[in-house]
Amino acid sequence: MARTRPRIAQRVEALPPSGIRRFFELVEKMPEAISLGIGEPDFVTPWRVREAGIYSLERGHTHYTPNRGIRPLLEELAHYLERRFGVSYDPASELMITVGGSEAIDIALRAVLEPGDGVLIPQPCFVSYLPCAILAGGQAIPVCTSVENQFQVQVEELARACDKGARVLLISYPSNPTGAIMPRKGMEALVRFAEERDLLVMSDEIYAELTYDGGHVSAASVPGGRERTILVGGFSKAWAMTGWRLGFAAGPAEIVSAMVKVHSYALMCSPTTAQEAAIEALRGCDDDVAQMRREYNQRRRVVVNRLNAMGLTCFEPKGAFYAFPSIGNTGLTSEEFAQRLLEEEKVAVVPGTAFGECGEGFVRCSYATSMPLIEEAMARMARFVARAGG
Amino acid sequence: MEEILQLLTEDARLTAAQIAERVGRPAAEVQELIVKLEKDKVIRRYKTVVDWERAGVEHVFGFIEVRCAPQRGVGFDAVAERIMEFPEVHSLYLMSGAYDFLVVVQGKTMKEIAYFVAEKLAPLDHVVGTATHFVLRRYKVDGDIMVDRAEVKRLPVTP
Repeated sequence: MARTRPRIAQRVEALPPSGIRRFFELVEKMPEAISLGIGEPDFVTPWRVREAGIYSLERGHTHYTPNRGIRPLLEELAHYLERRFGVSYDPASELMITVGGSEAIDIALRAVLEPGDGVLIPQPCFVSYLPCAILAGGQAIPVCTSVENQFQVQVEELARACDKGARVLLISYPSNPTGAIMPRKGMEALVRFAEERDLLVMSDEIYAELTYDGGHVSAASVPGGRERTILVGGFSKAWAMTGWRLGFAAGPAEIVSAMVKVHSYALMCSPTTAQEAAIEALRGCDDDVAQMRREYNQRRRVVVNRLNAMGLTCFEPKGAFYAFPSIGNTGLTSEEFAQRLLEEEKVAVVPGTAFGECGEGFVRCSYATSMPLIEEAMARMARFVARAGG
Repeated sequence: MEEILQLLTEDARLTAAQIAERVGRPAAEVQELIVKLEKDKVIRRYKTVVDWERAGVEHVFGFIEVRCAPQRGVGFDAVAERIMEFPEVHSLYLMSGAYDFLVVVQGKTMKEIAYFVAEKLAPLDHVVGTATHFVLRRYKVDGDIMVDRAEVKRLPVTP
């Protein structure tokens, strides 16, 4: 029978292909390359957490859990958010456990957007935000941030982009890919802006534990923030638990309940083993996290130092584990730079354009890799830049 | 200072310049601090972690429990002084519990260690008993895991 209509939904067909994916395929064919393109910790999950996961399996805890998450983890999460973010949440109604921070972003948008609602998305940003907004029926409104403002989105930039249809402001500090953080004053201004325009704030704070110059400021912790913020976090980065797929959301009971509804139909619950192991992550791993943070910080200083020395101006990233140097003075586009660096020196970085159009002129270098590899990669990169005319 | 010491315990060959870059301080300042730490004997010396088994060099380690009867005017320190000077003694600890000293002895053969215990350790004044345990395999030594594991792989590029 002749096919009468395309099998793939138009909104999926129309999604732009991931800039990361294309690059992944190139790097995959070059196993000897040093990759600074990896968005996950090189550390293995702390042993005490893995051991708790093993113990959970040994006891045969292999069944579904309540949709929202297991109670001891929710309670531990409430203590943690109070201790580290300075915000208190009711574990029974204002918190939920998700399959990674990614799921929290997806279901939050699905829970709150009406068709055509606008989502303000400061860029460069994590690759999922824009597609998730579109898949949830919303309209993505990219907002360019600039290195002159340390990639901290400015209220004026938002005001220019924001129209009547805007419903959500989706921010993420510390930022992947720029390493930018948002200081308290800036966060207060963003929340005030959201209040004025009656926007919900979706704040992806997955890198909250990885800041290197003072603590993290949560959108939920500033005046007026708590009642309009959906706070998203997870265990992947600070606890090096990417493969466990475990995140969380915190916010007003009404919204979190709606998210739990979506989650219950789509996924039922988050992995049981991961939930039980995560209790140990929150209870007993402050020292492990501090040790990883210390190592990232050492690598950060080396990477930023070397990038600037080779002539790639790099603003100081104060969070996450990425440096986002400008490659402007090589005269190459981000794509050309990344491709040639890979081919000529076998070092993989991610073109800034993978994170939004305004990432042009930049590349993302992840320092979630061992120091000897970082030093070798920086030496090769310096050689390349010297040749390419940095 | 703690961060610098920690870096050196992980890799004693790091130069002051490398350490300075990692901790974000001037190289001259770090150099000066290291010299001071050496002078104050906070840094006692720099050494290498060797996997003797892999090197093909025979080494036997014995853990020897030593019970003492210290007499008036002769404390544990005096007994320790007698024990620790022997080059065979790798480590020496005063312990709480069922015995007094734990002596870690390194030798080429079990016989060598047995000889050391019988001839040098047991006959010491104030030593009333010993129990020798030989090490069969070293899994983790001073924080270093001595067993090879498969390398953990990650995807080469991820968002």
